[in-house]
Amino acid sequence: MTTLFANAKLVDPVTDSTTEGWLLAQEGRIAATGTGAPPKAPAGSTVIDCTGACLAPGIVDLGVKVGEPGERHKESFKTAGKAAAAGGVTTMVIRPDTLTPIDSPETLEFVMRRGTETTPVHIAAMATLTRSRAGREMSEIGFLKDAGAVAFTDGDHVLTDPRVLARCFTYARSLGALVIGHVQDPGLSGGGCITSGKFATLRGLPGVPPMAERLGLERDLALVEMTGARYHADQITTSVALPALRRAKDAGLDVTAGISIHHLTLNTLDIGDYRTFFKVKPPLRHEEDRLEMVSALREGLIDILCSMHTPQDEESKRLPFEEAAAGAVGLETLLPAALRLFHSGDLTLPALFRAMAMNPAKRLGLDAGTLTLGAPADLVLFDPHAPFVLDRFKLHSKSKNTPFDGARMQGRVRGTWVAGLRVFE
Amino acid sequence: MTYRARHLLGIEPLHPVEIATLLDLADTYVDLNRQAVKQSDALKGLTQINMFFEASTRTQASFELAGKRLGADVMNMAMQASSIKKGETLIDTALTLNAMHPDLLVVRHPHSGAVDLLAQKVNCAVLNAGDGRHEHPTQALLDALTIRRAKGRLHRLNIAICGDIAHSRVARSNILLLGKMENRVRLIGPPTLMPSEVRDLGVEVYDDMREGLTGCDVVMMLRLQKERMDGGFIPSEREYYHRYGLDPEKLAFAKDDAIVMHPGPMNRGVEIDGILADDINRSVIQEQVEMGVAVRMAAMDLLARNLAAARQEGAA
Repeated sequence: MTTLFANAKLVDPVTDSTTEGWLLAQEGRIAATGTGAPPKAPAGSTVIDCTGACLAPGIVDLGVKVGEPGERHKESFKTAGKAAAAGGVTTMVIRPDTLTPIDSPETLEFVMRRGTETTPVHIAAMATLTRSRAGREMSEIGFLKDAGAVAFTDGDHVLTDPRVLARCFTYARSLGALVIGHVQDPGLSGGGCITSGKFATLRGLPGVPPMAERLGLERDLALVEMTGARYHADQITTSVALPALRRAKDAGLDVTAGISIHHLTLNTLDIGDYRTFFKVKPPLRHEEDRLEMVSALREGLIDILCSMHTPQDEESKRLPFEEAAAGAVGLETLLPAALRLFHSGDLTLPALFRAMAMNPAKRLGLDAGTLTLGAPADLVLFDPHAPFVLDRFKLHSKSKNTPFDGARMQGRVRGTWVAGLRVFE
Repeated sequence: MTYRARHLLGIEPLHPVEIATLLDLADTYVDLNRQAVKQSDALKGLTQINMFFEASTRTQASFELAGKRLGADVMNMAMQASSIKKGETLIDTALTLNAMHPDLLVVRHPHSGAVDLLAQKVNCAVLNAGDGRHEHPTQALLDALTIRRAKGRLHRLNIAICGDIAHSRVARSNILLLGKMENRVRLIGPPTLMPSEVRDLGVEVYDDMREGLTGCDVVMMLRLQKERMDGGFIPSEREYYHRYGLDPEKLAFAKDDAIVMHPGPMNRGVEIDGILADDINRSVIQEQVEMGVAVRMAAMDLLARNLAAARQEGAA
């Protein structure tokens, strides 16, 4: 299978450049690239004329929740895979906060098999750090790593006992395993569902002080310093947390940080009159924080941008705000929403793909995320300017809980290729 | 008519003219309620359902009486005892009730925003009788009517709201209403019971009772909501009473003719001195209860008129 992409704008996060050129994919890998006019296509190859569109490495989405096992009515691998392909996501990194959680090699094997059999994209799975995400006994980190777990996390269940966490860090370090933390101090953020401030006061909703994030991050970083663990903070969303992150990186700790697309493009006022599709965890922040996060992503202090895809059915969202489930789907909207930051002049295309493809692949040790010669031909072709109005019922996900329903967006995926095979058009 | 809203969900969307319209009409109902025969047929033939998902005696009785005096058929549903326990969602409950064709739905719910959610799903007029920590519009309106009648005006007054502001929907609705009518609002209470960044709502915040009360025309006490406390906001009840309980000594810092208000039910000896609460020269707490019925009659009357107009438009 040979495909020649001609007349494309090649978005390369490695060289931090966007160039007019061509790319040849052969036997699932990138065989050649060049600038300017394309060479003569080899016999039997497909030629894609990409005029006006960008060709970039496929997105590696760190932290996708699929409802298998346990909540298939919210999302199955089949629907998630379709949504991923339609969104330009070529690798889904599966979250382990399922019912039951992915905390044993057997469950991990089930997830990997289901994912590989039913989705057209690559699957990588994470496993829980502690059994049942209960924060008491550590999972079989060694077995799980051998079975293919790329990282270990209890999701939004914050481990409260520092001694247990320190042991998990120490053990994980001996195996070189990556630990992902959710940095919200559970005490300070307890009972809250919206960022504290004037808007929370007006709406009469219990608030989460932004300082809860710094408290959670500082504690985790102290233990990272003590144990030498490889650590990633799943979502850094407030400016009060940034100095701690910067200090840790400057001190040479093996630390990275991520953010969800919702925290980068929406703020707390979007909740309006108790719109539960805007309820996420941690809650949406103030506009000043959002702007600071955009800067942090631009300078590379925040490394990874992801969708935090969290499908929730209508029933769990059609409730009073405090009772409604948190989370939003994002596989299909990650790229068009991220392009808002490109159109606003905040981030370049290579910077976006550095955060959505190159960095997550590098952090998890996956062979993906670049347009380098010999890299897998996981590619997304998109027109960054094509306008559309998002209709949530047209999403491929089984759950339609997107905060972008009815939003005007710019940027459509024209095609997605996984290992050289077209999976969406 | 200058009140066109379909529901009364909060003070936030109201215009000062709408507030004045409601209060003017309520004044006429105060007169009616003082007659021997207290009947009107403003709501004749209409059905009013009181749905209380949270225990209430006073507010529910006030709404019930208001509806009955206007000639409505009133039904009370104590929701905390029924379908919630059976796992029915709020929206299903709303749809079930909607099928019974009520005209006025009076709702109290422990979660902020729940009444808004319910109002989106029904065809009748919805009155918010208190949702979580969000709003309690009829309480703010009855407080405003009480102040207007006692002080002769509802603007350029110094009004202190004291106590547990953080957990109080009464405080939020009052801050909004009194601010809209151009009064100077002060909040007094321990900082642990202040909502975050409440100064942005255009109020002054004090943690010293005497300093805050100085020169006030109106002193509004709030109930210390013990049932809302999930721990450790104040050291003890007696320390709270010592620092924030209203007694004659602290009240002396306010203006000589300052009135004392309380939304009830009172914790005598916790937030207010019992003798002071009964002092008919200072306390207007009984008047507040009286105004409550009149204000609720006015609100339901106006909403019923708007509902009739909307239905006529729909039919035409």
